[in-house]
This record gives sequence, structure tokens and C-alpha cells, in this order.
Amino acid sequence: MAEIFMIMFTAILAENFIFSRFYGICPFLGVSEKPATALGMGMAVTFVMTVSSAVTWAVYHLLLEPAGLEYLKTIAFILVIAALVQFIEMFLRRYIPALYSALGIFLPLITTNCAVLGAALVNIQKGYNFLESVVFGFSAALGFTMAITVFAGVRERLVFARPPRAFKGFPILLIAASLVAMAFSGFSGMKF
Amino acid sequence: MQSKFLKQMKEGILTNNPTFVQLLGMCPTLAVTTSVTNALGMGAAVTFVLICSNLFISLVRKLIPKEVRIASYIVIISGFVTAVELLIKAYFPAIDQSLGLFIPLIVVNCIILARAEAFASKNKPLPSMVDGLSIGIGFTLALTAISAVRELLGSGKLFASADGTGGLQILGSWYSPATIFLLPCGAFLTLGFLIALVQKIGNVNDERRRKQALEMDAIENGYHPTLMKDPVTGNIIPKTDGKAAESSAAKEEPPVKPEPKVQPKPAVKAEPKPERKAEPAVKSEEKTAKPEPEMTPPKTEPTAEKSSEIFNINDELKIMAEDSKMKTEEFEFTFIDTGKEDDNG
Repeated sequence: MAEIFMIMFTAILAENFIFSRFYGICPFLGVSEKPATALGMGMAVTFVMTVSSAVTWAVYHLLLEPAGLEYLKTIAFILVIAALVQFIEMFLRRYIPALYSALGIFLPLITTNCAVLGAALVNIQKGYNFLESVVFGFSAALGFTMAITVFAGVRERLVFARPPRAFKGFPILLIAASLVAMAFSGFSGMKF
Repeated sequence: MQSKFLKQMKEGILTNNPTFVQLLGMCPTLAVTTSVTNALGMGAAVTFVLICSNLFISLVRKLIPKEVRIASYIVIISGFVTAVELLIKAYFPAIDQSLGLFIPLIVVNCIILARAEAFASKNKPLPSMVDGLSIGIGFTLALTAISAVRELLGSGKLFASADGTGGLQILGSWYSPATIFLLPCGAFLTLGFLIALVQKIGNVNDERRRKQALEMDAIENGYHPTLMKDPVTGNIIPKTDGKAAESSAAKEEPPVKPEPKVQPKPAVKAEPKPERKAEPAVKSEEKTAKPEPEMTPPKTEPTAEKSSEIFNINDELKIMAEDSKMKTEEFEFTFIDTGKEDDNG
């Protein structure tokens, strides 16, 4: 139990996907204009990442490893994730239309989100078992959601700022992200 | 053929740089730029994948149905990424250690998918390969620039090997390394400032172009305070109380440059032009002059003109050096950029 808790803490705060590992920077900068949108994206990522962590773990340990094809994991994982996203989209549209209307537009973006593939690869690299993999995928995505929502809040305030002309747009965003990352780096190296 | 090649290279490296201009592929850009060695390794890996995937996708572009093209591209790209991953593991284990998962994550790097979709799927194999090469070099240079700033400020060294040992000690013992540049927040900060620098250069160029357009408009319509269009030849000549000077005079007389310390840039621009002696050259040269209505002595001595130009160039060098003192790459960048303006002007 303590290990599970440790994995969660590390994934959410100490090794936050955005601010420490730099997975998923594209949606972080692209879909963080409003907290509501950011939260939607975060929830979609959480959903996909939890399911994909479970599925990729199974694919690797039940399919690739027995066949001695470990080196194919990148190709296998990206295909599994792409298919999974498609499948989740269809499933939600058919059975849970409320959730689909909330998350639907974000789902196609997730296939090329490196956070999802990153989580699947980290699971294999760290040798997690099935439960640990699912917990890691879920909590890493939770950390992602938190980071993107917090940053969307910061970004809303940035609208009123008047930076020098050269800093308008992307640069000032990155500098704001740098300050948030500085706050998050306080968690790094923390252990129980 | 050759000029086309050069144009494509310039596009990928400067005007359409994937990192600084298109702002693509930010994850590896931020993550692996803790040392120049890492950046070069990542850049080489991405360049290799880009060239191969662009070539392959271009070869099979007519066989792939439109509906499944993105999925096919991803499979092709991940095939090459796996090859690179295995090669690096076998021959450069240190780089493999420090880049970690970011090598397999090249699969989801948006630069590669974007080039496949935007270029390789519509062009012949050879141009696609060149495109991959130029974008790859642009990416590598951008990574190198970022990592050079971070490594230099963060540890005072350059080219440290992947495990943090060795490397050239650039800054002496007086410098106490600011470790923050090696931390994640330093990555965001450095990239933010470098993109701001690129935008600054872009702004200066835009401003200059806008002023030139205004200037030309004023001359065309005849309400410019000091310059006017010669009704006979169409050349731009100094205004002489509403009466047009003879066209031959216009050619002999140096362009009127009323104010010595107008924008520094036009001075550099004007410099190479006088060598061309065709009439349009005179015209375009005039375009760059920026007289101010108030303090304009209508005619200047030719010698004074020259010296003021030299002064301007020095001035500009100084300003540029201050602007881009962070990195030598940027320094080059500015100059190449200025050269480009010359061709277009």
C-alpha cells in the first residue's frame, strides 16, 4: 500500500509530467487558454491514460515478451493507443453521450500526445506490475490535469499583462510556465 | 536546381525554423537541452528519422488511401524510430542513458508528422529528403543554441559528456554556476527568452518593411517632403521646389540621405547596392533612405554621406552585439537574415 501511495505522490507532484519530465508540453501550451477547457483536456487524458496503461501493460507482458519482440514496443504501443482512442471515442458516443460531448473534441488530439506514450514506456522501464502501472498512469494523468488547470488560471491573468512587444505571445507564456515549474521543483527529491 | 536546394535549406533552418518559428516539438526541446552533447545527439536522431520518413512517405504517397494516411505515417515513423533507438543503444550507450525515453518518444514529435503531412505527402522523393535535412538541421541548431545557453550558465562548461563529466571549462572559477538553468524551470526560461529574441528580430524587420512601404507611398503620391519621382525616367530624385531635376543629374548625385542617424539597418542595406548600376538599383536604394520631415538638409555632401554610413554600420554592429550577446548562433542568424533582406529589397 505504501508503495502505491509513493507512486501516486511521485507521479503527481515530485515527477510531474509537465514540469519535471516534459511529457505533453504541446497540449499544455495549446489547450490551456481557459481553465474549463484545460480541465476537459485533462479529464480526457486521464481517461485515456489510465486505460492505455492497463492495455499496453497487457500487450507488452502477455504478447510481446513471450514472443521475444520487446524491441517492437514503440510501434505496438502507438498503434494500441491510436486504436484505443478511436475505440473510446466510439464507445462514449454510443453509450455515454454526456461524457462524449464533454471530452469528445479532445480525444483525437490525444493520440499524438507524448504523455500517453510516455506513461506506457515509463511503466515498462520501471518494471511496474499491473496494478502499479494502472495507478501510475492514473496519477500521472492527474498530475497533468492539475498542471494544465493551474497554468490555465495563470494564463487567464496573463491576458491583462502588458509585456514588451518581443515577449508577446509564446515567450511570456514560457516564462510564466517557468515560474510555475519553479514552484513545482520544490517537490523534487521529496521522499517519505 | 541548386538555388532551389539552397532556398529549401534556408527555409528549414531560418525562416521556417521548426522550434523558434513554428514552435513545434517542444517536449524534447525542453527536456534534452541540459547539455550540448545531448542536444546534438537528439538533433542527429531526429534528423535521421526525418530524412528517412520523408523519403519513404514520399515514395509511397500514391499508395496510401487518404483516410488512413495519419495512421500509416505514424507506423512508418515509428519503424524508423525503433531503428534509431536500437542503433543508439548499440553504439552510443551514454547518449541512450541520458536521453532516456525521449528517443522512442520521437514517434510523437509533431515536427516529423507535420513534415510528412505538409511536405512529403505532396512532393517527390528528392525534395522531400532535402526538406527533412533542412528541418532537421534547423531543429538541431535550435537545440544546440538552447542547450549552449543552459549548459554554459548552469555549469560553466560546454560539451560535457552525457554523464556530466568532462567538457570544456569555458567560464573560469570566478563564475558560480546557476544550477537553475539545468532545472526544468530554466528550460522554460531559456526557451522563452530565445523565442523573444527571435521575435524581436522579426519585429525590427517588419517595422523596417512597413516604413519602407510608407515611404514609397509618399514618394509615389508626391507629398514626400524631400524626395519625388522623376516624371521622365521614374527614378526617385530630390525635390527641387516642385521642379523635377534632369534624369542624368539624378543618376550622378548620390541619394539624399538627410538624417545621418536614422535607423541603422538601412545603412547596411544600402551599402552593396551602389555597385549595381542599373536604374532600378538606384530606385531600390532610394527606398531604403528614411528622411525625417523636420531636420532635413535637402542636399548633403557626398563625402559626408559616406562617413555617416560608416558610422551607421558601426553603430549597428554595436547594437546587434548587445542584442544578441547571449549566443553566437543568434549573431550569425541576424546577419544571414539581413542578407536575405538585401536580396529581396
